[in-house]
Amino acid sequence: MLKINGIKKGIVIDHIKAGSGYKIFKELKLDEADCTTALIKNAPSNKLGKKDLIKIDNVIDINLDVLGLIDPGLTITIIDDEKIVDKIKLSLPKKVVGILKCKNPRCVTTIEKNEEITFTLVNAEKKEYKCEYCDTRTSL
Amino acid sequence: MLKGKHLIEPSDFTVNELEEIFTLADDIIQDPNKYLDACKGKLLATLFYEPSTRTRFSFEAAMLRLGGQVFGFSEASSSSVSKGESISDTIRVVGCYADIAVMRHPKEGAPKLASKYSDIPVINAGDGGHQHPTQTLTDLLTIRSYKKSFSNNVIGLCGDLKFGRTVHSLVKALSRYENIKFVFIAPPELKIPSYITEELTNHEFYQTSNLEEAIPELDILYMTRIQKERFFNEEEYLRLKGYYKLDHDKLNNAKDDMIILHPLPRVDEISPEIDNDKRAVYFNQAKYGMYVRMALILKLLGGDIIC
Ligand SMILES: [Zn+2]
Repeated sequence: MLKINGIKKGIVIDHIKAGSGYKIFKELKLDEADCTTALIKNAPSNKLGKKDLIKIDNVIDINLDVLGLIDPGLTITIIDDEKIVDKIKLSLPKKVVGILKCKNPRCVTTIEKNEEITFTLVNAEKKEYKCEYCDTRTSL
Repeated sequence: MLKGKHLIEPSDFTVNELEEIFTLADDIIQDPNKYLDACKGKLLATLFYEPSTRTRFSFEAAMLRLGGQVFGFSEASSSSVSKGESISDTIRVVGCYADIAVMRHPKEGAPKLASKYSDIPVINAGDGGHQHPTQTLTDLLTIRSYKKSFSNNVIGLCGDLKFGRTVHSLVKALSRYENIKFVFIAPPELKIPSYITEELTNHEFYQTSNLEEAIPELDILYMTRIQKERFFNEEEYLRLKGYYKLDHDKLNNAKDDMIILHPLPRVDEISPEIDNDKRAVYFNQAKYGMYVRMALILKLLGGDIIC
């Protein structure tokens, strides 16, 4: 069993659905980070059976919206001086900007591409977001 | 104050703001001569990226009757668009010349995008299958003129309720008023989308495919065209286009003061034999469309009732 230790100051992203860890690792650009990072796959979990987790040996800015979109069930623990100083529980973001793409082929965003498109959450259960321009619902 | 605002979808305006527009439209109808110079010296740009002669005429007539002038293009091939200019650039340039712009575009959300970059008011004159807010204002003004109030009416919406954006907008707009019952009359293939009915939490509604059965309780009947371009299959279109044909027989069971609306053009869904029935108000509706656009232009330019 792996333990969350060995980090003096940093971030642990835990309870990632098994298989999503790599996606998050890439999305947060941790492959380019110059601090120590670890991606642990398929760790045993009481809650999930199997889970992925990520350790970052530094406190960096992470985009919570991106994480919420990929896996709203994960937890983020901030560690300082080997102690947990903050635990962030994620939820689906109410609005996301510049991450999702509209699936409607008739949407103006398919021709005018210099846009940071805002999507608004319309149905959390179905994970549905609405395009600000054409109102088309996109589910994750 | 509506001065400087954009109209992209009907819900951009509050119920009170809509009422301001309707009140002004009423005044224009009462005495159009009073408004002959109301927009003198003002320019309306009509940016029609796809042709829609009726809608364009309605806006042009509205501006000309206010003493203003119009310029623009009526299809994308004759404009700078054919050279690949973006919508955001076009509207910024047009804003240097015109005082107000009307945009029709095949892509959904195009007028909204334009409004983000525009210094002048932008009016959405139809964006794909998405919105057509001035049609909704037209429908509302017609209902208000004949029924005096939006509340306490039973409205039947009949025909293509799946793709009919005018229906979607009208339902959304009417749902802001109290005690309205909606009856959605459509063949199963063209049923109203569930995301529309999901929002009708405070209103009574039911769905049926039978116009004859529904007609006796209606105060307003909103007919729509079954659009050929929505079908992949000619046979399916031919079968459905004659599904509802409003004629003398069907009207016999309707209330004496029911009104029949239609966004026009019609194809097969209303028999010409009822055009002279006092309940058939669809041609007058087109006239209300021009008046409501006059009121809208005047309001967005900051004008008001001339005393
Ligand atoms: Zn879109």
